[in-house]
Amino acid sequence: MSFETAFMFGKIAIVLMGLLAVVPIMLFVERRGSALIQNRLGPNRMGPFGLFQAACDVLKFIFKEDRAPDHVNKYYWHIAPWIAVIPSFMTFAVIPFAGTYTDANGHLQFQIANLDVGILYCFSIASLGVYGIIMAGWASNNKYSLLGSLRSAAQMISYELSLGLSIVGLAMIFQSVKLGEITAQQGEVLWTIAGIEIPKWGVFLQPLGFVLFVVSVFAETNRLPFDLPEGESELIAGYHLEYGAMRFALFMMAEFINMAVASALICTLFFGGWQLLPGMDWVVGHLDALGILPSGGALVLCQALSFVTKIAIWMWIFVWVRWSIPRFRFDQLMNLGWKVMFPLALLNVLITGVLIYMGVL
Amino acid sequence: MTGSMIAFAAFSTIAIVGSLLVIFRRTPVASAFALVLVFFSFSGLYALMGAHLIAALQILVYTGAIMVLFVFVIMLLNQDSPITDIKESSLLFKGIAGLACVGMVTVLINAALRVSGLAPTNIYTDQKIEELGGNLRVISELLFTDHLFQFELTSFLLLGAIVATIALSKRQRKGGVS
Repeated sequence: MSFETAFMFGKIAIVLMGLLAVVPIMLFVERRGSALIQNRLGPNRMGPFGLFQAACDVLKFIFKEDRAPDHVNKYYWHIAPWIAVIPSFMTFAVIPFAGTYTDANGHLQFQIANLDVGILYCFSIASLGVYGIIMAGWASNNKYSLLGSLRSAAQMISYELSLGLSIVGLAMIFQSVKLGEITAQQGEVLWTIAGIEIPKWGVFLQPLGFVLFVVSVFAETNRLPFDLPEGESELIAGYHLEYGAMRFALFMMAEFINMAVASALICTLFFGGWQLLPGMDWVVGHLDALGILPSGGALVLCQALSFVTKIAIWMWIFVWVRWSIPRFRFDQLMNLGWKVMFPLALLNVLITGVLIYMGVL
Repeated sequence: MTGSMIAFAAFSTIAIVGSLLVIFRRTPVASAFALVLVFFSFSGLYALMGAHLIAALQILVYTGAIMVLFVFVIMLLNQDSPITDIKESSLLFKGIAGLACVGMVTVLINAALRVSGLAPTNIYTDQKIEELGGNLRVISELLFTDHLFQFELTSFLLLGAIVATIALSKRQRKGGVS
């Protein structure tokens, strides 16, 4: 096997392992985090701080009886969880998790696929995930589940519009939709205010686009306040009402991995992706001085570390929002999507165009 | 056999089987899901030809938006029970359908023969596209320079369709609370 092939398999393995590791960590963070926010204790008996609770949950899911109700449409009911979970893994393929490493033998890119269409690939694969939910709700043959899927279909279409339009401004400024190029350009300095260098991050260039993107991403991942397809107080559990054991766990996995990918996209587009966090260059300098890693290796390591840290911060914000903001009513959701988000996204494109024409950006 | 040959065989088989399922499934939602599969394998075929933008748009527009809407409407109309009372259509309709089918296949074969016989005369070869900055850049530049008028006309057509839909659906509610 050539080095390129081995490196490619290595990258895929790292990304898959990383995404799988997100699930138990988020299981813990979500339960203890919600307890923290709601002034409860949360699961705290298994291991220190309840750290082993996630392992217990996973074991329970694996060994629980896997039974299909009689009234479901067997074929679609069985494949629906897989259709929900597979696209969420695929989306990460175009996201770069560290800068290019250059040595005597050539370049190493820390990105599984450097596609020409970049972000469009992310959006298109992410839009497939909704079929898992629609199929699950329909195949369950039950009113509440069907209502859940109907809500999900309507919500996805409404918010995909503002999701796509919200990054048009960003693509206009960076003249690219390739995530690698967008990230590389965000390393430049935008302003220097009182000696502090403000980097050229998307969030400073496109504040309105950033807000629209984050809201749309929350809607696309079906997280509160946009979790109407589940809506446990209205639809019992919505689309995954008839699922138990590992099949339910697959839906939960899909949700957590979607969250991770959404956080990674927010970081890549608006927070400089793998660009070093403030203070990280100090760490890089000291690691280089130690001389354990090959030259440039410390930089790549710290870039990956910065990226993971940024993702972790956004994952926490996802949990924080979930336990702070109540659910929308369905008509409010549609009004927000079509009458607020969509016009604002168009306005953002217009303003960005005018500013670029005037030469400000 | 190379990897792309295997991928081509897989995607085209899925596309053909999926299309047959669209026709032969009795449940409308199941047909719609089969159509999603067909669109997905089409986009795989486009990607194999190096047309990444068309592949991405195929999934984003057809699979991710239009088919979701289809499934949504089918579910809303509650057409999820299998259709069993299909009437035998008259000989005339069968004849027309058969003629249309034969005509379509002839046109397709004719087009395929003509394209494969010609040397590629267009200026956009693979290397040229790579030099100009990739598929996406070339298509967008063409769309916003040479073909801008047609592009804007299409958006007017869509706008007209939206206005007409709203006018038609609102007219029935005269007198009522809208």
